[in-house]
Amino acid sequence: MQQPNKLKPFFENLNFEREDNTMVINFGPQHPSAHGQLRLVLELQGEQVVKALPDIGYLHRGVEKMGENMIYNEFLPTTDRLDYIASTSNNYAFAHAVEKLIDIEVPRRAQVIRTMLLELSRIISHLFFLATHALDVGAMSIFLYAFREREYAMDLMEDYCGARLTHSAVRIGGVPLDLPEGWTDSLSKFLDDLPEQIKLYEDLLTENRIWKMRLEDVGIVTPEQALSWGCSGVMLRGSGIEYDIRKEEPYELYGELDFDIPVSDRCDSYGRYRLYMEEMKESIKILRQLIEMYPETEPQLMAHAPRYISAPKEEIMTQNYALMQHFVLVTQGMRPPKGTVYAPTESPKGELGFLIRSEGEPYAYRLKCRAPSFFHTGILQDLLPGTYIADVVTIIGSTNIIFGEVDR
Amino acid sequence: MAQHQVNYASAGGLPVALTTVDKLVNWGRSNSLWPLTYGLACCAIEMMASGASRFDFDRMGVIFRASPRQADVMILAGTLSKKHAEFARRLYDQMAEPKWVISMGSCANTGGMFNTYATVQGVDRIIPVDIYLPGCAPRPETLQYAMMMLQKKIRRESADMKKNKKQRFV
Amino acid sequence: MRKYTPKDNVQKRAKYNDRFWVAPTVPRLEVEEGHFRDVADKMAGSVEVLDIYVEIGQLVIHINPQENLKALETLRDECGYTVCSELSAIDYLARDGEFEIFYQMLNIKERKRVRVITRIAENQAIESIVPLFDMAKFAEREMYDMFGIYVNNHPYLKRIIMPDDWEGHPLRKSYPMQGDEFASWYEVDKIFGKEYRDVIGPENRDQARVDRYDTQRFARVGKEVPFGADPALVDETETPIEYSSAPLADYNAGKHVELDKRK
Repeated sequence: MQQPNKLKPFFENLNFEREDNTMVINFGPQHPSAHGQLRLVLELQGEQVVKALPDIGYLHRGVEKMGENMIYNEFLPTTDRLDYIASTSNNYAFAHAVEKLIDIEVPRRAQVIRTMLLELSRIISHLFFLATHALDVGAMSIFLYAFREREYAMDLMEDYCGARLTHSAVRIGGVPLDLPEGWTDSLSKFLDDLPEQIKLYEDLLTENRIWKMRLEDVGIVTPEQALSWGCSGVMLRGSGIEYDIRKEEPYELYGELDFDIPVSDRCDSYGRYRLYMEEMKESIKILRQLIEMYPETEPQLMAHAPRYISAPKEEIMTQNYALMQHFVLVTQGMRPPKGTVYAPTESPKGELGFLIRSEGEPYAYRLKCRAPSFFHTGILQDLLPGTYIADVVTIIGSTNIIFGEVDR
Repeated sequence: MAQHQVNYASAGGLPVALTTVDKLVNWGRSNSLWPLTYGLACCAIEMMASGASRFDFDRMGVIFRASPRQADVMILAGTLSKKHAEFARRLYDQMAEPKWVISMGSCANTGGMFNTYATVQGVDRIIPVDIYLPGCAPRPETLQYAMMMLQKKIRRESADMKKNKKQRFV
Repeated sequence: MRKYTPKDNVQKRAKYNDRFWVAPTVPRLEVEEGHFRDVADKMAGSVEVLDIYVEIGQLVIHINPQENLKALETLRDECGYTVCSELSAIDYLARDGEFEIFYQMLNIKERKRVRVITRIAENQAIESIVPLFDMAKFAEREMYDMFGIYVNNHPYLKRIIMPDDWEGHPLRKSYPMQGDEFASWYEVDKIFGKEYRDVIGPENRDQARVDRYDTQRFARVGKEVPFGADPALVDETETPIEYSSAPLADYNAGKHVELDKRK
């Protein structure tokens, strides 16, 4: 289809000849720094950024509209694609919101498995952050090392649910699959190898003079700015405010587990980088505790709530009423009570929450996804002015934005 | 995947008549395909993973280039939204001949699970595609297989780009 | 003639409805003593509270739309709700002719959340809360883009997620999920022009479409021949696929219910 098209060359964008001598350039929707489709219109005075305007929407897929036209279980794989690095955290946020709405209790083994998957997704996401941030700043070998560790973690996820990237490993009411034989042993082995690798990355980067020069005092987020912009997760903790939803509003098993929340007073990218490394170590601690907890649980995987959740497969195949109920739930969908729920969870990027307004129909009336990266993209318009153009890439990497959630 | 043994001297085992110059040029072109980094959504992560440690892409001569003028292949990985469609076409036009396109993942092939108002239902509405990769997200091995398929396709083309008419089925 | 379907709410609806079934509602509890009682009293002191209750552990306050700035200012300064987590709208135009706008607030010290809800009519505008919370710069733009709710005194009210020249507000109930006429030809018009609409053809929105060429084109994956050539002339030996005998993970181990004796 080598057809002529109406697209004209874009030279009109470069604005050299203005009186105040600032240059307007387009940090276009396709660029090699791996964060997706962010378009920044930057006004430069020499090499310094005077004004920055983030333009988003290049990955808008209408996920919220889909949520209004799909039944709840059907929508779960779509939530995978929001924050596609750590898929289980979005699946879990959605399932958690619906479970709060219908007010059911998830069995203990499912809680252990879910928390294990959540923390494993956290490690995968933080390794990805490290890899791409280092790649953007220039330390390319960290990209290869971190992706190697990530491959081992994704092997574990693949053993469990069959998919490397878009897991859908969590269902409303529990998990569909039990851990395979020997999975906890492979996980222990992975956790034994991981701290040395993290130490390797830290030895390469933390005291590295070039890394420190690139990252210190770059992208300073004051606590007032962070609160006003609705920042959450590492952006908030990097500015000294100690708030982690896992500790403050505990869900799943986080109330029983023993872990610390690293907080940094530095407010800049270097502090956030240190926080991500510390959070990975905390996740390792949590996972080890969960491996101990797993054998003591009873083998029930899905909640018992016949009105909303199907029975286990053995019952469906043998009991008639279970089969009928399963058929109705799969074809028509479950009908939660009328009401609204907002359930915040701590995803690796920040506070991920789903607000679901239900009118008693099997389709949600309104499904709003509160994505942390949306507001972290907004804060760029305040963070970027005053920095040099080389720092723009560092700051974008440090805010850890994923465009699946920004645009939904 | 037993097609690894390629006999360059005999048109890749296919009943196509190629001259020696063609074979030489195609050998050069197919073994050093430089893709344009065009990761849009989740498939971009699998594309990066296929370029990373375990599924190394560099052993096939594939180096990701950021500028369209230096790239041969455009791997469209992920959902193309209507807001972005204009830029995809613009980048395709900026690439120099010879160029090929791999459409990676369900969203690029047909719009995928996103049957909504803001998704282009298939990248081939805008850009002519050579290889379609199914999957959501396709594994890195699938992307490597697609690259090998593209290499096979290149080897049976004529070196003169004007003679290669894009095969359109519809 | 086709059956009349109302166009002001094209959301998918359940096909079968039980005639006598009434949907239960999530319980709305009274505001008890404690932090929420203080918040309720302070709010009652500064704005007119239409309704107040506790739903799933979060306080919900209904106010008038003209007082949204005052209410959020009270919450921020006196009650300590310094973070606005989320702000958006829900479309009830078909049922009541109103939009329901909600603000989800968070108190970091007390770890509590409050939802502030107002209702506005279709062409009514709402006051921007950008002076209080910077996050509204993006969130209110998104609300305008998706619903068409005009926000007064916003510094930069432009479309943020849809392209700038998009017509229609996607998250309204009257907007179909697969897009209207404008949406379906948007990319073709933008890139090639209106003349190419019939060259490219309409979008294929049918996910179950089967093409009659499918068996022809996808049967020989891996052993392709050029278009029109005879596959029999190609000498390719068939390599049989080997399935591994041992499963990777035995999901039935440990369970005494054996469903099927066949392997």
